[in-house]
Amino acid sequence: MKTETPVIRIEPTKGWVSLKLREIWEYRELLYFLIWRDIKVRYKQTVLGIGWAIIQPFFTMVVFSIFFGKLAKMPSDGIPYPIFSYAALVPWTLFSNGLSKGANSLVSSSNLIKKIYFPRLIIPVSSVLSGLVDFVLAFTVLIGMMLYFGLAPTANIIWLPFLIGLSIIASLSVSLWLSAMNVQFRDVQYIMPFLTQLWLFATPIAYPSSLLSEPWKTIYGINPMVGVVEGFRWALLGTATAPGAMIIVSTLVTLVLLISGSLYFRRMEKTFADVV
Amino acid sequence: MTDVAIRAEGLSKKYHIGRKQDKYKTLRDTIADAFVSPFKKAGKLLRGDASAASKLDETIWALKDISFEIKHGEVVGIIGPNGAGKSTLLKILSRITEPTKGYAEIHGRVGSLLEVGTGFHPELTGRENIYLNGAILGMTRAEIDKKFDEIVAFAEVEKFIDTPVKHYSSGMYLRLAFAVAAHLEPEILIVDEVLAVGDARFQKKCLNKMEDVGKEGRTVIFVSHSMPAIVRLCKKAFMLEDGQVINSGNPIDVVAKYLGSGNGTSAVKEWKDPSRAPGGDVAVLRAVRALTDEGVPTDVFDISQPVRIEMEYDVIKHGHILLPHFAFFNEDGIAIFVTLENDPSWKGSARPIGRYTSSVVIPGNFLSEGKLFVEANIITTDPVACQFTVRDAVIFQVIDGRNTDSARGDWIGHLPGIVRPLLEWKTQIIRN
Repeated sequence: MKTETPVIRIEPTKGWVSLKLREIWEYRELLYFLIWRDIKVRYKQTVLGIGWAIIQPFFTMVVFSIFFGKLAKMPSDGIPYPIFSYAALVPWTLFSNGLSKGANSLVSSSNLIKKIYFPRLIIPVSSVLSGLVDFVLAFTVLIGMMLYFGLAPTANIIWLPFLIGLSIIASLSVSLWLSAMNVQFRDVQYIMPFLTQLWLFATPIAYPSSLLSEPWKTIYGINPMVGVVEGFRWALLGTATAPGAMIIVSTLVTLVLLISGSLYFRRMEKTFADVV
Repeated sequence: MTDVAIRAEGLSKKYHIGRKQDKYKTLRDTIADAFVSPFKKAGKLLRGDASAASKLDETIWALKDISFEIKHGEVVGIIGPNGAGKSTLLKILSRITEPTKGYAEIHGRVGSLLEVGTGFHPELTGRENIYLNGAILGMTRAEIDKKFDEIVAFAEVEKFIDTPVKHYSSGMYLRLAFAVAAHLEPEILIVDEVLAVGDARFQKKCLNKMEDVGKEGRTVIFVSHSMPAIVRLCKKAFMLEDGQVINSGNPIDVVAKYLGSGNGTSAVKEWKDPSRAPGGDVAVLRAVRALTDEGVPTDVFDISQPVRIEMEYDVIKHGHILLPHFAFFNEDGIAIFVTLENDPSWKGSARPIGRYTSSVVIPGNFLSEGKLFVEANIITTDPVACQFTVRDAVIFQVIDGRNTDSARGDWIGHLPGIVRPLLEWKTQIIRN
C-alpha cells in the first residue's frame, strides 16, 4: 500500500537558504559517481597517466631546491631543503588543484545544471575530493623521500588526518565562494591562475614561517594553508617549531570561510540554471 | 492520502532579457555600468524618451499565473507553439529553476527527462556511462545493476558496451542515452520532447515504452510537437501559449484547437450579401460548409469519419449546364484530388434559376491526417467559363484519435502520404 510519499513544495525562496545537508546525503551516490568520473577521465589517453600526479609537486620541489635552497640559501628549519619544500608541496597541491577545479566546476558542469536536479553543492565538493587520489600518490613519494633522507616521522603524525581534512575544507570553502561568483562574473576563471600563484608564495612552502617574529607569525595563520603546511612539516619531520596558535587561527578562518561560503552558495543557487 | 500528484497555483516566471542585462557580466562591466547608466538615463530623458527610466531592465514573463492539478496515474500532454513556456514549466516542476511567483506541490518522486545523454562523458565506455547517467538521473546503483542488461538490450549496443562512447555513431549514442532514461522508474515522470531520436523503428520502440510507462500507472507529463503521439499517449492535454494555459481537456479537442488556431477560419464560410459574393453571370456562391454526416458544421474530423462538403449557390440565369467541383489541398499546397459533381439528376442538364446546394461525402479512412484546404468552383460548359474559384473556402482538420480503427493501426510515429486509405490486406503462410 502507499507509504508516506514525500511532498515537495516548489516556491520562490527569499533571503538566506538552509544548507539542506540531509539532501546531500541522499544524493551521496551521485557524489561518488562524479568523483569516480573525474578520476577515471583525468589521465585518459595520456602517456604518463597517473604519473602526472607526482610530477607537479616533484618538479616544483626541484626548482625550489635549486633556486631557493641552493642559490638563495633559504633556511629550512634544520632539515634538508628538498624534503622541507616537498612536504609542504604535497598538501599544497591538494589545496590548489582542488581550488582551480572547484572554482570552475559550476561553469564546466553547466549542461548538468540546466537539465537535472540535484543539490548543486555536490559539484564543487566532487571537484575538490577527486584530488585525493593524486594526493595519495604524491604522499607515497613523500614517504619514499623520508626514507631516502633517513627521517623518521614523529608521534605527531596522528594530527595528519586533521591537517589533510583542514586542507580539503579550506579548498572547498574558497571553491564555494569562487564557483558561485564565477557563474555570474566570469572574471573569476581568469583570476584563478594568478590567485593560486600568489597564494603559493604567500604560504610558507619555499621558506619557513620561523622567519617571522611572534605576533606576525600567529596573524600569518589567517592564510589557512599556513597552518596546514607548517603542521604537516611538524608532524612528519619534527621541525622545531610547533604551530600552536597559528593552527588555531587557520582552523577558525577555515570554518568561517566554510560556513559563509556555503550560505552564499545556497543563496545564489537558485540563479545558477538561469545564468550559467 | 491525497489523490493529487502535482498541484500548481499561480506559477509565474520572469526572465531578464535585453542588451542591458547580459547573461553574465564581468566585474568591469558591472562597475562601468554603475557609473555610466545614470548618464545614459539622463541623456535619454533629455532627448524626450520618457520611458528611459523603466526600459533599462527588460524582462519577460515566460509563465503567467499557471494553475492546474494532475492526479496520480494521469498521462498529461502539454502542447503549444515555440516560446509558449512549456520547457520553462517543466524546468520549474523539475526544480531546476525557481518560480518568481506562485508555488507547486509535488507528491512523489520525480524523474525528469529534459534531454537525453546528459552527463555522458565521451572518454568513458558505454557501461561506465550507463552507471554515470543513471546516477545523474537519480537511479541508485542497485537499481542500475538490476536493469543493466535490459538497458543494453533496449539500446541494441551489446557489442560496443565496453568501447568509449566517443567512438559511437550518433545513432548508437542517442539509443544508449534513451535506453538509460527509459528505465527510470519514478512515480512522476516529466518528459520534454525527447522521443524524436533514432530511426523510425527505434522511435516506435521509444513510443511503445512511453505507452507502457503510462499503463503502469505512473504519472507522466509529456511535452511534444508530435500531435499523433500526444493524442495516442495522453488522457488529458494542456495547451500553453505565451505563458498561459489557453485550453485543457480531452487531447483530441485541445490538439484540434491548437492546429486550428493558426488560421482563424472555420468550417463555414457564408456570403450574406449577394453583390459581394463570388460568382459570374450564371452562378453565384453563397456558402461553403464542412459538415459531419448528420449535417453538423465542424472543423475537426476523426480520420475514420466521413466528411461532407457542401456548397450553396444561386443560379441566376437559366439554361446552362453547370459543373460544380471541389479541389482539396494539403498543408504543403499539394492538390490531393478534385471531385466533380456527378448527381445523375442534374448532370448534363440545364439548371433552372434557383438556390441550390451541392454536396459530396468523402468516406472515412481515406484522407490523411492534417489540415485540408477546400477550393470551391463552378464552371459552365457552353462556353467554358469559370463562374467562381474560391480558394480556402473552408479549412478543416483530420485527426487520428485512439479509439477507432484507422489505417494507422498500431503505429504512433509519423506516417507520410497525402491520402491514407484503409485497405484490405490478406496474409497467409506459404511455406513452413
